[in-house]
Amino acid sequence: MNKKIDRKKILDLILNNAMYIIIALVVIYVAIKRPKFLGVASIINILSLTAAKLPIALGIAGCIVLAGTDISAGRIVGLSSVITASLLTNVSKIWPQLTQALPIPLVLLIVIAVGALIGFVNGFSVAEFSLHPYIVTLSTQLITYGIILLYMQGGTNNGMSLSGMIEPYKELITGTLFKIGTVSVPMYVLYALIFTVIIWFIWNKTVFGKNMFAVGSNPTAAEVSGVNVKKTIIMVFMLAGVMYAITGFFDAARIGSATAATGQNYESDAISACVIGGVSFVGGTGKISGVLVGVLLLQVIFTGLNFLSVSANMLYIIKGLIILIACAIDMRKYLTKK
Amino acid sequence: MSEKNVLLKMEHISKSFPGVKALDDVQLELKAGTVHALMGENGAGKSTLMKCLFGIYHKDEGKIFLDGKEVNFKDSKDALEHGVAMVHQELNQALKRNVMDNMWLGRFPMMDKLPVVSEKKMYEQTMEVFKDLGINVNPKTIMSEMPVSQRQMVEIAKAVSYNAKVIVFDEPTSSLTEVEVEHLFKIINDLRNRGCGIIYISHKMDEILRISDEVTIMRDGKYIATKDSKNVTMNEIIKLMVGREITNVYPPKDNVVGDKYLEVKNLSAEYSKLEDVSFTGYRGEVLGVAGLDGAGRTELLENIFGIATRRSGEIYVDGKRVLNRNSRESIKNGFAMLTEERRATGIFGVRDIQANSTVSSLERYLKGKFMLDDKKMSEATQWGIDTLKTKTPNQKTQIKNLSGGNQQKVIITRWLLTNPSILLLDEPTRGIDVGAKYEIYELILKLAKEGKLVIVVSSEMPELLGICDRILVMSGGKLAGEVDARKTSQEEIMTLAAKYV
Repeated sequence: MNKKIDRKKILDLILNNAMYIIIALVVIYVAIKRPKFLGVASIINILSLTAAKLPIALGIAGCIVLAGTDISAGRIVGLSSVITASLLTNVSKIWPQLTQALPIPLVLLIVIAVGALIGFVNGFSVAEFSLHPYIVTLSTQLITYGIILLYMQGGTNNGMSLSGMIEPYKELITGTLFKIGTVSVPMYVLYALIFTVIIWFIWNKTVFGKNMFAVGSNPTAAEVSGVNVKKTIIMVFMLAGVMYAITGFFDAARIGSATAATGQNYESDAISACVIGGVSFVGGTGKISGVLVGVLLLQVIFTGLNFLSVSANMLYIIKGLIILIACAIDMRKYLTKK
Repeated sequence: MSEKNVLLKMEHISKSFPGVKALDDVQLELKAGTVHALMGENGAGKSTLMKCLFGIYHKDEGKIFLDGKEVNFKDSKDALEHGVAMVHQELNQALKRNVMDNMWLGRFPMMDKLPVVSEKKMYEQTMEVFKDLGINVNPKTIMSEMPVSQRQMVEIAKAVSYNAKVIVFDEPTSSLTEVEVEHLFKIINDLRNRGCGIIYISHKMDEILRISDEVTIMRDGKYIATKDSKNVTMNEIIKLMVGREITNVYPPKDNVVGDKYLEVKNLSAEYSKLEDVSFTGYRGEVLGVAGLDGAGRTELLENIFGIATRRSGEIYVDGKRVLNRNSRESIKNGFAMLTEERRATGIFGVRDIQANSTVSSLERYLKGKFMLDDKKMSEATQWGIDTLKTKTPNQKTQIKNLSGGNQQKVIITRWLLTNPSILLLDEPTRGIDVGAKYEIYELILKLAKEGKLVIVVSSEMPELLGICDRILVMSGGKLAGEVDARKTSQEEIMTLAAKYV
């Protein structure tokens, strides 16, 4: 009898932590096969990529807490990225009349405004028309992509990739924060950390944050309890839009160029990271630490698979499986135990 | 009566969950052609016992016999096919589908020649069962368009259509009005006469004594006693249930009614049934609202609180007009509203006690402009736990893990923390056990003594008579009358309630 219960407990423990176990196994396996995987350069590479993907995940996490989602995220990153690249260059083909780059803070404000605006459209449609976020953001995803393509046709650019951004901007984002040995840690790692702290504060220490969780958990009860449900939903999507815009602002410098394809499918990684980190689609639950861990773990797996020279085609299949397994494990927690 | 043959026998049933022994050597013996009441406070193990019967939980120990043969159902469908059915407290139905779809779900009648579902057979067979039971429902109605009472009738009809020998009713009357209860009892009597065994779970004593032949009482997961309903009194049952004697069902009424406070003039709703309701409430008063299901009681509260669209009408507090256009404005104006359906519109299930307690009063815990003070929130939550004697492991427990009564106390805490002066309570004691009910009555009277106006909607008339000063009686969306709770009778209220039906 006792043995049976013990075995069940162990099985439960394994299943509830399956994601972490798989990741640990991956790390161990890759480290044995390719010892460089755990070298300083590799670890800093993993951390930098994690930092680059954190803001978008932090944004999307809020939408998931509302028991929704946001699949327009990647395209908003893309739009922000091409706007940044086209305005922070001295030879803009999209804006030929622009002979000198705009001030960096101004460009940051512009992309934040654009992100917030699309976020507002998302949130407003969800709140005001009672539409499912999936449908709303599917629409805005297409619309935003259309805008990107049109924008890239602007001036004499003709859809070409944008590059040649001014040095102060690149330096601001990708410059060296500090060095470990000969490997430098880029500035945007610091920024990502700052944003993480800010979002953590918003989630845990403000009325808006508490209201967000309440709406995600039970919108009807929230309305009765005096929470402004519509305003909360709109604000969550706007905040998310701002975070995507910031991701795009980083990405133009980090990648060194921006194309119409920049940001494509970013939301799928971000959503997977949130789910792995325990931000549940059930709504009303999730922690910033979870998002952080989720993004990091996903990056560890991808980098590890790269080290093993797994083909890019294979990566898609693996990503898909990870989302599926993570959701299934997550759901176990919310099913009534029988 | 004891000569009747035993239909269902459960013996030595035990079931443990991590940290709690939910059932400890429990037994139950149901005879054919009897109604067997199962009683106990919330958390006594009634539902767990039934879940073990239906295979929803796997029992750790014990045996179940149906007609003398040992059975172990793997799920409720398996049980149903063996003639054991349950009419749930929270109906598990496909609400977007129609009545007959729900009746025949999982066993749709097929056309004779083709492997295609026969709508015609479904309709005819449904009508047959309905006629048999005297149910007047069109089988093609969409479930969600019917009131709970009718949906419940469908559930009963479904059980009957499976030729169920054992039917379990879990709190069947909690959302029914008196008339509907009568109909339900007629059906139950009918089933009893056919030789069915009925297990009846309820908190309502008068019902139990009226309908049941035997009563089994449980407490803290243990079997206490089985009594013949004819030879047992309400007080004996309560004593066995709580393990102590409750001398009064209602606390002494010592509130003093003061000056005119709330005035509602010609209130009508745009989309729901509420027409031209005017009334006055006084400081320190407990004002009851009685009426049948659908009489507009909930609608009245919702329109006052601003969560339903008003067509016309004015609300005055202390002679000053208030608009109450939405819940936020109403809260600022000193109103609070406890909703009827705790699970659907009250609790934030996955959130903890603290979040559930503080959600309506967050602005009070701000330190500076943006930052919430954890210490203040924790103090406020603890105040609620202490004042209302809420049983919870700690503030970080998810509210869904508490019993109904304790969930209700947390939601009441939420409203008390907004410091309201007018409380609108919609069925505040629904689905709550005797002990907790008494505490809620005490609280209502305490609030009245503090000079607040407490408006209580309830379907339980003795409750209204027990705690209110005056009772407004609603009927068909209109105010049918107003009675003095000390001088009126249940008959007078019922007559008024039927005025505009």
